[in-house]
Amino acid sequence: MNLTLKIWRQSDAKSQGKIVDYPISGIEGDMSFLEMLDVLNEELINKGEEPVVFDHDCREGICGACSLQINGEPHGPDRLVTTCQLHMRKFNDGDTIYIEPFRAKAFPVVKDLMVDRSSFDRIQHAGGYISVNTSGNTQDANAIPIRKENADDAMDAATCIGCGACVAACKNASAMLFTSAKVSQYALLPQGQVEATERVLAMVNQMDQEGFGNCTNTGACEIECPKGISLENIARMNREYLKASLKG
Amino acid sequence: MSILDSKIPEGPLADKWTKHKNTINLVNPANKRNIDIIVVGTGLAGGSAAASLAELGYNVKTFCYSDSPRRAHSIAAQGGINAAKNYQGDGDSSYRLFYDTVKGGDYRSREANVHRLAEVSGNIIDQCVAQGVPFARDYGGLLDNRSFGGVLVSRTFYAKGQTGQQLLLGAYSAMNRQINRGKIQPFNRHEMLDLVKVDGKARGIIARNLVTGEIERHSAHAVVLASGGYGNVFFLSTNAMGSNVMAAWRAHRRGAFFANPCYTQIHPTCIPVSGDHQSKLTLMSESLRNDGRIWVPKRKEDAEAIRAGKLKPTQLSEEERDYYLERRYPAFGNLVPRDVASRAAKERCDAGFGVNKTGEAVYLDFASAIQRYGNEKALTSGIHNPSKEEITRLGEEVVESKYGNLFQMYEKIVDENPYKTPMMIYPAVHYTMGGLWVDYNLQTTVPGCYAAGEANFSDHGANRLGASALMQGLADGYFVLPYTIGDYLSEDIRTGKIPTDTPEFDQAEKEVTDRIQKLMSGSGQHSVDFYHKKLGKIMWNKCGMSRNEQGLKEAIDEIAALREDFWKNVKVPGTPSGMNPELEKAGRVADFLELGELFAKDALHRNESCGGHFREESVEQEGLQKGEALRDDINFKYVAAWEYKGEPKDAQLHKEELVFENIELKTRSYK
Amino acid sequence: MSGLIKSSIARKVAMALSGLFLVFFLLQHFSINLTSIFSKDTFNELSHFMGTNPLVQFVLQPVLIFGVVFHFVTGFALEMKNKNARAVKYAKYNGGANASWMSRNMIYSGLVILAFLGLHFYDFWVPEIVHKYVEFAPEDPTRYYGELLHKFESPVRTGFYVISFVFLALHLWHGFASSFQSVGFNNKYSVAATKFAKAFAVVIPAGFIIVALVLHFTH
Repeated sequence: MNLTLKIWRQSDAKSQGKIVDYPISGIEGDMSFLEMLDVLNEELINKGEEPVVFDHDCREGICGACSLQINGEPHGPDRLVTTCQLHMRKFNDGDTIYIEPFRAKAFPVVKDLMVDRSSFDRIQHAGGYISVNTSGNTQDANAIPIRKENADDAMDAATCIGCGACVAACKNASAMLFTSAKVSQYALLPQGQVEATERVLAMVNQMDQEGFGNCTNTGACEIECPKGISLENIARMNREYLKASLKG
Repeated sequence: MSILDSKIPEGPLADKWTKHKNTINLVNPANKRNIDIIVVGTGLAGGSAAASLAELGYNVKTFCYSDSPRRAHSIAAQGGINAAKNYQGDGDSSYRLFYDTVKGGDYRSREANVHRLAEVSGNIIDQCVAQGVPFARDYGGLLDNRSFGGVLVSRTFYAKGQTGQQLLLGAYSAMNRQINRGKIQPFNRHEMLDLVKVDGKARGIIARNLVTGEIERHSAHAVVLASGGYGNVFFLSTNAMGSNVMAAWRAHRRGAFFANPCYTQIHPTCIPVSGDHQSKLTLMSESLRNDGRIWVPKRKEDAEAIRAGKLKPTQLSEEERDYYLERRYPAFGNLVPRDVASRAAKERCDAGFGVNKTGEAVYLDFASAIQRYGNEKALTSGIHNPSKEEITRLGEEVVESKYGNLFQMYEKIVDENPYKTPMMIYPAVHYTMGGLWVDYNLQTTVPGCYAAGEANFSDHGANRLGASALMQGLADGYFVLPYTIGDYLSEDIRTGKIPTDTPEFDQAEKEVTDRIQKLMSGSGQHSVDFYHKKLGKIMWNKCGMSRNEQGLKEAIDEIAALREDFWKNVKVPGTPSGMNPELEKAGRVADFLELGELFAKDALHRNESCGGHFREESVEQEGLQKGEALRDDINFKYVAAWEYKGEPKDAQLHKEELVFENIELKTRSYK
Repeated sequence: MSGLIKSSIARKVAMALSGLFLVFFLLQHFSINLTSIFSKDTFNELSHFMGTNPLVQFVLQPVLIFGVVFHFVTGFALEMKNKNARAVKYAKYNGGANASWMSRNMIYSGLVILAFLGLHFYDFWVPEIVHKYVEFAPEDPTRYYGELLHKFESPVRTGFYVISFVFLALHLWHGFASSFQSVGFNNKYSVAATKFAKAFAVVIPAGFIIVALVLHFTH
């Protein structure tokens, strides 16, 4: 396969960036998208140029490190996959592929395609936990039965990998799907009830401070989420938030 | 008498840990506020240790190379976590978990450590549930269990196929709470480049801020290394791209002994390599072997035809297939332990029966499971005289409900429908049992330097059982280190803050910057990956699933030569200031090039086959076990701990004899 | 409590509630309009009631105006904030791949509706106010129907009216259903509620259009 890559290059957070064209050939369908970039980087290094910087780590779709806006969609055109699981067989010979960083004011570019998603971490620092100490002297794990349905829903919310595709896809760069997944996980479990009020207020407050946009229910986040996190979580967080605001 | 003191407490096995906790020194809460601890790595072991230590009141600094602690590679663990809860009432107990783990480790682990692990395993589940980890539950609302290879009870707790992710997010949430309280200072996108010793004690680290490129000094009263395993020395493994040995290796160079480096777990069910561009391997959960049957064609001509694309696997009849695990190990069949299954696959492929383009793959076939489940389902659904298509459809539904996400992952990667054609699998490097030598308190041979999780060597012996890595990481971090580290720190309550403007820090920083300079000034012939791939090939071919004296000797020489070439000719573009992933990789590969040689040296000296280490010279010569691994308890019943002496080949061996007072050593048989 | 005013979620809920209020008003407005093609007298009667009842005039009317202004101002402020949340735009953005045109262009459909409201005020509301409260003209309870017909004589104006209601349909298509999600309503009834909202989004503006066209072509 021969392709033309249009890649965002930016040397650091303060510099101006621009799209640079890179023709690339000899790409096979079995390669993952990141392996295709590995090939490009090897070529660049051998030519004495600086390779393209991008976040990646586990390369099996679970760590949430890889990002990339590919042809205008986070993690590319395939559904329910991260960029590392996207394969080149989804593209055709002669294609032009735009590769850009996830864009949001709350995700400043570190270098090239790598962005700083620490705003997500700060949202979690604000309240993404249950205040139980780590002594292990808690009650027995089976002391509180939890409805299977709730446990399963909590699990579905908890599968969020924190990649930021929801923000990247959203026309408003809103972080509601991410934040609501975390809030939902705890809201659905009895262990999470005690601090439910403080948690949702603190996390939403932090989310607002980070400069994410507002949710306008376009649903783009749900479609692009590599883990299929549902919009129901956003509705649940809205409920939780209203409840908490009236209480708190 | 060895210089290694394992500090195993006296007394009966079951009382050791309780007695030890009762007698070790404590630090009072007011004094804890004056003590700093550095934790390197934020996976299950590091994350849980950091949260627990901060909870106790220590000032904790965490370091990870990712942009968030939550991305550590513990997140990729799929299957589950073991705990001796005996919720199923199937006869499980701490002792059974202890016994299974020691036996599964081929009798090369320390009894006291493993027993402690089994004792605290139940607490882990309590702790995680309290934190909001959404483990799978049954319809009564209670926790569900599944079984894993090598054991006779159901003790594995799980959260879909993402148990590692959920446990890590649990540990990360505990960290979040402490970060919010100001007790943990997270240093993300930072990499530890050296350990700093003052008066023989670990007192800090030199780290590089990966975003700015700045070299930073961080001091503490103790340093915990929880930096994971070194499987990436093989280049291709199921580890994350960034997983590396640097923190452990730097500590090794500063005096921490490295134990059993040759014990590597090669996992049998991974997606095979598809070409030279491949950057990593993807694991398919061990649970697939519950229903999948592994086979290759009986006739070599058929294998060749399949490789050439002229024949499809589904065209071969039952008689033309060789279900080699069922043939060789009728008792355990497809559920033999990982090391056995991996070697058997390699044996068939080496003999020319491999089924993918490169000849390095075997089939994992769900056709008979689909038929079996389909018939069952038809019966329970009251469908009489179901058609063949109907049975297949029903069976596929059952298989999908059990393994749907894995099948989907396979299809995305390989572009073949595993419901219709058998999966292709091949073994891949997965976990390293070896690591920094630690005593019962998890302290390395450098006072004040601790190692936890996969980074240490202690609990899995020569082979790890499924679902035990998560258990060990969390046990070390939540329940062991918080006690044992206090014993050491109780002597530090009057020390005060450790200054970083001392000659020791100056010297360490200088060595780090010199090394970076040297890495940047190679002649620029080859990229870092070029060397990493070469190293990986040597390791895989000569230190892989089976090893022999000649190959290992060659490997030692080849790795030394490659290392020399690397330092002369490597090409690292860019500058040391600012984000430079190639520089990061170069530092890691430089350490792998040293570790690889020690690995081969360790494998060469251990002239026995045990667990993940298979020496072709040490096989059973006769009887039922003919051709199987032959352990040598008379000569090798010890931990090999290597002391750094300049070059890997000069490393000095120290032996910690293993004493088995509670378990009788037996040959592992799966026939 | 401060979260109830300042937070992003509160603003989103405010948008939803003011929108729902306007949807309700729309239904009421449409019901009256609809009578115009069946019964001139009923239309006059209802219009006269609405135009002279003090509760409607001095309580509901200001609330409605406030609702419209609030919905618009909040919406505009949110749009600005949202534009700001992505300072550097994508060189290539494939919004159509994951969200409907309607949901992505609420500000534009909203602006068209706002422009229409301007015209509508100019056409009906301003003359009404002048008629009643500036000139204090004598009240004729049968004048409304005639005024209505007069406004729909011009094909240009009728055309603009039709286009405006197409945009209203587009706006409602996303806005109505989405308001449920905003107030936290997402459960087993959501599918039915969404279907109802989408049907409403088509039927009501279509109804307005039909009334306009009937009046335009039959007189």
